[in-house]
Formats: sequence, C-alpha cells, structure tokens
Amino acid sequence: MKIKSQKDFFSGLLYTLVGAAFAYGATSYNIGTGARMGPGYFPLLLGSILAIIGAIILFKSLVVETPTGDEVGSWAWKPLVFIIAGNLLFGVLLGGLPSIKLPAMGLIAAIYGTTLVVSMAGDKFKLQEVLILATVLSVMSYLAFIMLLKLQFPVWPTFISG
Amino acid sequence: MDLINNLSLGFGVAFTFQNLLYAFIGCLLGTLIGVLPGIGPVATIAMLLPATYALPPIAALIMLAGIYYGAQYGGSTTAILVNLPGESSSVVTVIDGYQMARKGRAGPALAAAGIGSFFAGCVGTLILAAFAAPLTEVAFKFGPAEYFSLMILGLIGAVVLASGSLLKAVGMIVLGLLMGLVGTDVNSGVARYSFDIPELTDGIGFITIAMGVFGYGEIIANLAKTEDKREVFTGKVTGLFPTKEDFKNMIPAVLRGTAIGSMLGILPGGGALLAAFAAYTIEKKTKLRPGEVPFGQGNIRGVAAPESANNAGSQTSFIPLLTLGIPPNAVMALMVGAMTIHNIQPGPQVMTSNPELFWGLIASMWIGNAMLIILNLPLIGMWIKLLTVPYRWLFPAIILFCAIGVYSTNNNTFDIWMVGAFGVIGYTFIKLGMEPAPLLLGFILGPMMEENLRRALLLSRGDWTVFVTRGLSASLLAAAVVLLIIVLLPSVKSKREEAFVEE
Repeated sequence: MKIKSQKDFFSGLLYTLVGAAFAYGATSYNIGTGARMGPGYFPLLLGSILAIIGAIILFKSLVVETPTGDEVGSWAWKPLVFIIAGNLLFGVLLGGLPSIKLPAMGLIAAIYGTTLVVSMAGDKFKLQEVLILATVLSVMSYLAFIMLLKLQFPVWPTFISG
Repeated sequence: MDLINNLSLGFGVAFTFQNLLYAFIGCLLGTLIGVLPGIGPVATIAMLLPATYALPPIAALIMLAGIYYGAQYGGSTTAILVNLPGESSSVVTVIDGYQMARKGRAGPALAAAGIGSFFAGCVGTLILAAFAAPLTEVAFKFGPAEYFSLMILGLIGAVVLASGSLLKAVGMIVLGLLMGLVGTDVNSGVARYSFDIPELTDGIGFITIAMGVFGYGEIIANLAKTEDKREVFTGKVTGLFPTKEDFKNMIPAVLRGTAIGSMLGILPGGGALLAAFAAYTIEKKTKLRPGEVPFGQGNIRGVAAPESANNAGSQTSFIPLLTLGIPPNAVMALMVGAMTIHNIQPGPQVMTSNPELFWGLIASMWIGNAMLIILNLPLIGMWIKLLTVPYRWLFPAIILFCAIGVYSTNNNTFDIWMVGAFGVIGYTFIKLGMEPAPLLLGFILGPMMEENLRRALLLSRGDWTVFVTRGLSASLLAAAVVLLIIVLLPSVKSKREEAFVEE
C-alpha cells in the first residue's frame, strides 16, 4: 500500500492518536449520563469524534490520488532546534532551575543568552553583530518593561541583587 | 435618541487625554509589530497583550483596540510592499496592491487602504452602536441550547473559509476544543488532563498557544525558506497622495466594499475574510472605465474595495462578540482572552451592568480608527524603512519579546516551557498543512460549549432532540448545515479550491 498524500497521512494519524488518547483519558473520569454529565462526558465525545475524523483523513490519504503526493518535505531542524533552545534558555536564565539548584540569572543575562542562541538559527551568524543586537534589546527591554511598565522581573542575578 | 446618548456616554469615557495617549501608543505598537513580515494580527496582539496588564480595564481595552487596528493596517502595508499577506484577509489586497507598488504607486495604494479602512471603520462603528442594543435583547432570549447551536454555526462558519481540506479544519477545531478542556472542570472540580502538574490545573494559557503556534511556528517556517531576496519598494515611494483620477475610481469601490463588509462581518466565522474576497470579486465584475488599469495589474479599486470590506467586516464582527459573547474568529477569540484577563466577561450582561465600559469600547474603536489614519499617512515612510531591517535582526527580537510577554502573564517560567512546546507543535501544523486559526477559536469556545451543552441537556433531562425542537436553536443548526452543503456542492467546491490556489 502506497501513501497517496503524505501530509494528510500524518495529520490523520496525529488526529487519530490524539483523539484516542483524549478519549482514553476521559474514561478515568466520571462519565455520567446526558442529563447529568460528568467531567469525562464531553472529552470522551470530542476525543471519539477527533479519532473518527483522523481515521477518515487517514483512509483518504491512502486511497485518493493526489497529483504531487503532498510530500511533507524535510524538516528545518536548524531553526527549530535553535529557536526552541533559545526560548528554553531564556526561562532557565531568567527564573533559574530550583531542581538542579541553578540560581536565577535575571533578565539581562537571559536576553544576552537567548539572542545569542536564537541568532544561530539564521543563515548568517556574526558574533559582533549579535552582541550589539543583544545590547540594544537589553536596554530597550529594561526601559520598556522594567521602567515604563513596571513588570515584576528579576533583572540581575540573585547572587548580586541578593 | 438612544444612539446619540449612548455614543456620547462612550465618547465621554474614552476622550480623556490619558486614553487618547493609550490609543496612540496601541496603534503605534500594533503597526510597528504588524508591519514585520510574517507576523499576523494574532501574533501581534498576543505579543503586545502583556503591555496592557497594568492598565485599568477601559484604558486597556482602548489600547487593545489601537493595537488591533494597528496590527491590521501593518499587515496591509506588508502585503502591498512585500507581496506577503500577513493574514488571510489581506490575501486579495496583495494581488493589485503589489502590482501598484511595482509600478511605483505604493503611496497611493497605501493611502487608498488607509482611507478606505477609515471610512469603513466609521460606518462599521455606527452599525455596531445601532445594532448592539437590539441584539442584546435577543441575546437574553438565548438559552443554553441556542448558545450551543450558535457556537456550532460559528465554528462551521470559521472552517468553511479555511484554506485546504474542510475535514482537516474541522479536526483542528475539535483538537482546539479538547485543548480548551485541559484544567479544572468547573462543575466537579476534577483536574482534567493535568498530569499532576499544578500549573496545568488552571488550563493551558491561550497566550502560550497563540504565541507558540502563530509566533514561533511561523518564524521557524520562515527561516526554513532560503533567504530569497524579497523585493521591497523603498526608494520608489514618492507621491503619497492618490490623484484626482484615483479618487474617482476609489470612492465607489470603498462604498461597495464597506456595504459588503458590514453585512458579511456580522456572520459568525471569518467575516472579514469572506468580505474581502466578495468585495474583490464584485469589483472585478464591474466594468472598467476607459483608461483604467485592468485588475491584477495594479488597479486602485482592487486595493480600496477589499481593504474597506475587510475593515468594515472586522468592525461588525465585534457584534456577535459583544452581544452574545461568542468570538467569530481567531483574533476575536484573542480579544475575549484579553478581556477575561481584565475581569470582563464579554456578553449581553456587559452592556447593562457596565454601560460605560461597553460604550467606551465602541467609542474607542472609532478613536483607534481615527488614530490610525492620523498616525499612518504621515508615517508610511517610516514603516517602509522598517521593512528594510534584515530579518536576521528581527527574528531574535521577536522571539525575545514573545518569551518576555509569556513570562509576564503569570511571572512563571512554566509558561515559557509551554510556549516552546507549542512552537514545535505549530511548526508541525505548518509542515502537515493544518490551519491553526480554527484551533485557537475552538480552544476559547471549548469550555463555553461544554457548559452550555451540559445545561441544555440538564434542562431537557438528557434529551438530545432539544437542539432541534426549539425553534431558534433549530434554525441556527439549519444554517450551519446549509453552509456545509453549499461548501460541499461540487461547483462551489471547485471554485473554493480555485480561490485558494490563486494565492
């Protein structure tokens, strides 16, 4: 059996699995009856619908011819990894990770770290340029978020500000 | 005159120096972010939302209205100058707008979009003010069964316009509804799908979804494309103002666009998009005047009509939101979230219990529109400059502001992990050709739908026929079925596919 539409095949598969997972999860809550719906009733209903929709899409992707095959194409691993990593680094530096006793480094450190990592997702990476960008962003963020909007952020590392 | 009394109450509330300043800042920021290529209104609003947290409710709503209009106008600017529609409703603007820009007439194109939008916004605001009160009366007649059916109609309406496969779009809605159910069930107090993570018992934050899927996902997809040299028309924008001839062509197009937009915008589900498409089609059908440029080659009517229709439609799409509390599209869904953060539950009760807020919001919409034209016509040159900033400087800044915005919602790093996860999910959606807008709409409506279904079935003692035996509910469901049938008709189906291929 050949897949006729790759995109539809995988989205159908995704719907089926997620729908089934939600429906299965719903069975651990009280389902109740129509007149007295329990917390599991609506998710069970929706999960089943999603799984059925997924199954239909899956079936169609195997049967209905498409001119191009709707290939998913290659994943852009580089931007994906660096952007998500930069985002996670922002959280780690800003708030610290109590589970491994990493102290909070504050907003400024987080901005430098994130800008550095996220910039690597692009085609060109020039360290000097990125450092200037990070400095500009730090000053702007400090003025906008801390001075003007007075958001409650840890700005400096905890071991300096106490 | 009730209308005049109400409007003057609204303007009395909104017209303070402070509020005007917030409207101005909102417009400025909204345009600033909205003009960046690849950032649509949803991502813009999600990103700027945290900036309104510290404000009192009315000021916050006024600033949000400014952000909303700014984001929309910014999107049109990018569409015209870079041939890159930031949102689905400016897809048709691109066709003639970009051609105008290529001929060195970017100035008149942008001015036509601005003037058309302003006029349409004024009319839309008046219609909104006139219809809000009577519609609110109707809303009080709505029982849970009617609300449930209305939401079905709204969701169907939203997917009918999604590009690509209808079934996949319905799947996205259901997925969104399910994601909306994560967290504590209000009736039983059971924490659903929270995996014993305390932060998840409050549910998934809609900002994390909006930013992750619309912000991060889009940026990753943009970066995946090799850096093709986008043509940006920076040097050539000289004569900003449309000529007399342009005005002659433009005015009827603006009027037609506004009329179509106002009518279609009220319909639940993607009103603005449908309006823009319909307006463009009608302009294309009308006869060309002698000496006029054909459509598709830079006709000013091809910019003015869809832009007016789009703006009139987005104005009147506030009607279902404010009177019934039901968001008709993803942007409005975001506005619901924003209002909830400021402790305002949109719906018929707002108008009676808090008239200052209600009419103040309506007045502030007009102010937002006016601010837009004051701000943008002189500043077009500056926005164009912004488009020349290399993308490699922009995207780290966008990611950073998203992360800061997400963190500031709850001052909790958990939201940052979530937005990262949704970034991966959003990129997956793009790769698999799954439209994310219906997901956000479903997400906001999930808990509302469950609650109304529960109440309706409780009242009918578990009898599902209640949805078709009550007249109002039955007609709403019938409308949804008719919509589905129309879309699935073979002739419409091929037309619909054609329309989306044209993009």
